Amino acid sequence: MAMQDLSSTARPDGAAPDTPASAVEDSATAERHGWKWLLCAPALTILVLAASGPLLIVLVYSFLTPASFGGVIWEFSTEAWFRVFFSRDIFDPEDVRLNHAHLAIFWRSISLALQTTVICAILGFPTAWFIATRPQHTRAFWLFLITIPFWTNLLIRTFAIQEVIRNQGLINTTLIRLGVIDSPIQMMFTDFAILVGMAYVFLPLMVLPLYAAMDKLDIRLVEAGYDLYASRWQVLRRIILPLVKPGFIAGSILVFIPSIGAFVTPRVLGGGRNLMLGNLIELQFGQGRNWPLGAALAITMLVLVVGALIFYIRYVGREDDGGRRT
Amino acid sequence: MSARSFSITRLPGFGLIALATFVMLYVPIVTLVVFSFNENASMANWGGFSLRWYEAAFNNRQVREVSIRSLWLAVVASGIATVVATMAALATTRTSRFKGQTMIYALINQPLMVPEVVTGVALLIFFAAIRVQTGYGGMGYLVAAHTAFCIPFAYLPIKARLETMDLTLERAAADLYASHWQAFRYVTLPLLVPGIMAGFMLGFVISLDTVVITEFVKAAGQDTLPTYMLGQLRRQVTPEMNAIATLFLALSVFAVTVFFLLSRKRA
Repeated sequence: MAMQDLSSTARPDGAAPDTPASAVEDSATAERHGWKWLLCAPALTILVLAASGPLLIVLVYSFLTPASFGGVIWEFSTEAWFRVFFSRDIFDPEDVRLNHAHLAIFWRSISLALQTTVICAILGFPTAWFIATRPQHTRAFWLFLITIPFWTNLLIRTFAIQEVIRNQGLINTTLIRLGVIDSPIQMMFTDFAILVGMAYVFLPLMVLPLYAAMDKLDIRLVEAGYDLYASRWQVLRRIILPLVKPGFIAGSILVFIPSIGAFVTPRVLGGGRNLMLGNLIELQFGQGRNWPLGAALAITMLVLVVGALIFYIRYVGREDDGGRRT
Repeated sequence: MSARSFSITRLPGFGLIALATFVMLYVPIVTLVVFSFNENASMANWGGFSLRWYEAAFNNRQVREVSIRSLWLAVVASGIATVVATMAALATTRTSRFKGQTMIYALINQPLMVPEVVTGVALLIFFAAIRVQTGYGGMGYLVAAHTAFCIPFAYLPIKARLETMDLTLERAAADLYASHWQAFRYVTLPLLVPGIMAGFMLGFVISLDTVVITEFVKAAGQDTLPTYMLGQLRRQVTPEMNAIATLFLALSVFAVTVFFLLSRKRA
């Protein structure tokens, strides 16, 4: 998905997918379909075996009984799903409570993902506008500056943030040398660190679709607004924002989804205590040794992500209709 | 326009925030690179320019081992992904839509939408079952996982190239009695090469970057450079990590630049 957006910004002149298919070829296509499937077969086989198929197995495993040293016993059970949300007292199995530890992690994941999205929007909107309003020949340069971090290793970018915020890092050593503080400010291993890290690594995902939307914006509409005595604020609020809204929504979804699924950033910057959903899932396959629970949590994450995608498709679809009606 | 004092594209404060954003994007990366050349282990003082951390990295047997494994894996996985993605792209573009095409698109793009942790867990479970059944414990699992993950990335630039390619040359070949195979071999394929190379480069970068899936799929002794780094980051970080990260960064930037140059080439 990210890639599609990038390629659409990289090639604003991108060809329409339905171009060729000339009428001449149409008669021949019927017998050529089998040949097409044959060409697709190797790719599809790999994808089904090493991407889509195993997802179904996760669903199956979430309804099985955990074996004591990892793995499963083939016995149907809904216990894993029960334990996603509830917990039982060790001594009295009838004493059922909400699983506050899990709910806290769900909440932290969703809240951090939303905050990341907001930060990326606040920084990304002016940045995209800045790029879109540069002279044509320098735009590619500014865009390249955004895409380079986007394509460099996420782990390395997380490490780079760590270099800046850790106790012996750039910020703390600089502040100490300037005499502003005596002892380092603890930033690592906090939710703040996770937030800074995620906003840093996912920011390009907000800027690129926003830029794509702004690039298409007809600047004469802005001009017309000013001619009609609109203030800068009114032009931004009433003309620019409504027109780039699809880019805004696309960017928000593109940031929100990897933030919900984040694993590396909270693990490196959040330390052992500030878990997000991804780390909770990993725990079940490591020390937790409860594969069905891990599987159920993984499906929960998938549902959150698919939910965000459906929201996006629905919402953007409705926006387009609204546009046509007016 | 520039002569006017009133610029219609100016919004107060936007330029400042934008520049601050660019600075924030690059300060951490530049810090990481600069301190890989620091003689001192501490960031508190600059001990002069030195390559000692690079030397330490090169002399670290484990680092050499995981780097070679990462490169090997990236070449193999991206190579396979590029071949199968090229075939799929040839079948799904520039022809009339056919039944099942939407499903093919969904399957190809699926790795992009599912969080890596979920894919990682799924593969861990599935491959563990295969391992028990067959007793096979080699690199095949990592190759399969990386290949599947690289396919959508390899597919997109190849598809884009096919869609922008000029059809008249192939028509001319057909007019001149070239067989389907000849037209493909001598006209389509040479024109498609930049797209294929771009797809390979992208797949290569993606495979090199993949850390979460590898972390779940790898067996003992199958660490790649990113999983090795992930493990090291939890311990005391020395500038040796900066040196490794800088080299890694340079490789990624190189591959991405090649990708951009290739995908910009006009058909």
